[in-house]
Amino acid sequence: MALWPQSSVAKKFLNAITGIGLFIFVVVHLFENLLLLTGNPDDFNRWAHFLESFGVVLRIIEIGLAAFFIAHIWSALLVYWDKWKARPHGYRVYRTAGWTSRQTLSSQTMIYTGIVLLAFVIWHVITFRFGPYYPIMVDGVEMRDLHRLVVEVFNEPINVVLYVAVMVFLGFHLRHGFWSALQSLGAYHPRWTPVWYSGGVLVAAALAAGFIVIPIWVYLYL
Amino acid sequence: MTKKMTLHLRIWRQPNPHTPGRFVTYTIRDVSSDMSLLELLDVLNEELIKKGEPPVEFDSDCREGICGTCGFLVNGVAHGPKRGRTACQQYLRDFKDGETITLEPFRAKAFPVIKDLVVDRSALDRIMAAGGYISVNTGSAPDANSIPIPKEIAEQAFDAAACIGCGACVAACPNASASLFVSAKIAHLALLPQGQPERIRRVLRMVEQMDKEGFGDCSNHGECEAVCPKNISIKHIAIMRREYLRALWSL
Repeated sequence: MALWPQSSVAKKFLNAITGIGLFIFVVVHLFENLLLLTGNPDDFNRWAHFLESFGVVLRIIEIGLAAFFIAHIWSALLVYWDKWKARPHGYRVYRTAGWTSRQTLSSQTMIYTGIVLLAFVIWHVITFRFGPYYPIMVDGVEMRDLHRLVVEVFNEPINVVLYVAVMVFLGFHLRHGFWSALQSLGAYHPRWTPVWYSGGVLVAAALAAGFIVIPIWVYLYL
Repeated sequence: MTKKMTLHLRIWRQPNPHTPGRFVTYTIRDVSSDMSLLELLDVLNEELIKKGEPPVEFDSDCREGICGTCGFLVNGVAHGPKRGRTACQQYLRDFKDGETITLEPFRAKAFPVIKDLVVDRSALDRIMAAGGYISVNTGSAPDANSIPIPKEIAEQAFDAAACIGCGACVAACPNASASLFVSAKIAHLALLPQGQPERIRRVLRMVEQMDKEGFGDCSNHGECEAVCPKNISIKHIAIMRREYLRALWSL
């Protein structure tokens, strides 16, 4: 009841909590995928096999992650819908006052970058999670050769270009999302809010850059 | 240095709530650069009245930036170019000679246009009413400092209480959210001992009324803070959210 988005404030709690959850997932996901760059294909496959060994627990985590995605999108669409209802007649002339305004290209395009990310995630899951199964023997155990699949996908230049473009969108989404999630949960501090508002740029850029390096590296060297 | 200016005003003219409005451009010549924007409108209205045309309707009262009655968008910014000021405290010297200034009413579903630049902001009053009373004895003024309040708390409460309810936060918000106004009112009373007995129900009722009035949701753009004539921080929106969480826990 408490988190069901009936009030404008609760809607933002739901969006912020799911956003933070997805952010943590993205950070972990980046570090997992950096295993692709170790030089030994077994490292990445061993990790994927280790995760698979959790079986039912992993399925539950996957369903939980999907639920976070859906709740994040649902609460965001409610906010977007209310925005159109709240101002049916727009301004002829409108501009930001600047100064302390946090209105940026990033904050204005959350819904669009979000839709791009949603389309990407669907494509991404179909490509990898439900992609072809190549068996491989590592340490005497048969497992899925995900490394081979990743190399195959990112040897297609079009996939590299699309992936890199989407990661720029991810960066824009996180530039506003990172600090906004904290503000939505009421975490304002006169000293620290400016730090995590400005730090949001670094966090967003670092994550986007990390994900951009992988497909380019795979395309060039693997 | 006072100088003479010629300005073009592109103003939203709408005869009543039910007739669609349109922009009309007026040119006013040889006005002093030390006049305020509202005085410029007064000059325009005198000319319009002489010509037998209906004057431009706009709200104003104190004309010293403290009452919260005036307000419209000036070139796309609520209250106009100079920050921390109401529309009545904008002066012609801050515009360029020969400039076209666009004046548009605050736009939100919850702020219907009554006429020209005048909008109905009674939704904000209904949110205040939903907040209800506070438990203090009426009668003669209490002795000063009879309720001890730490200086920092008193200052913080006063920062919130500085809100004059002009509605610029709603007008500037890309989502037409009233969060800055509502949060200033909630934070003001939640910080003070006099606000404690009704603290929980106040935040729940005011947020509920805010949603009922058809305001949008806050997306943390922070545009409200940048146009607020009283420089009220979005810190208060965070306080409102904490108050709301606190209220949910205590239900």
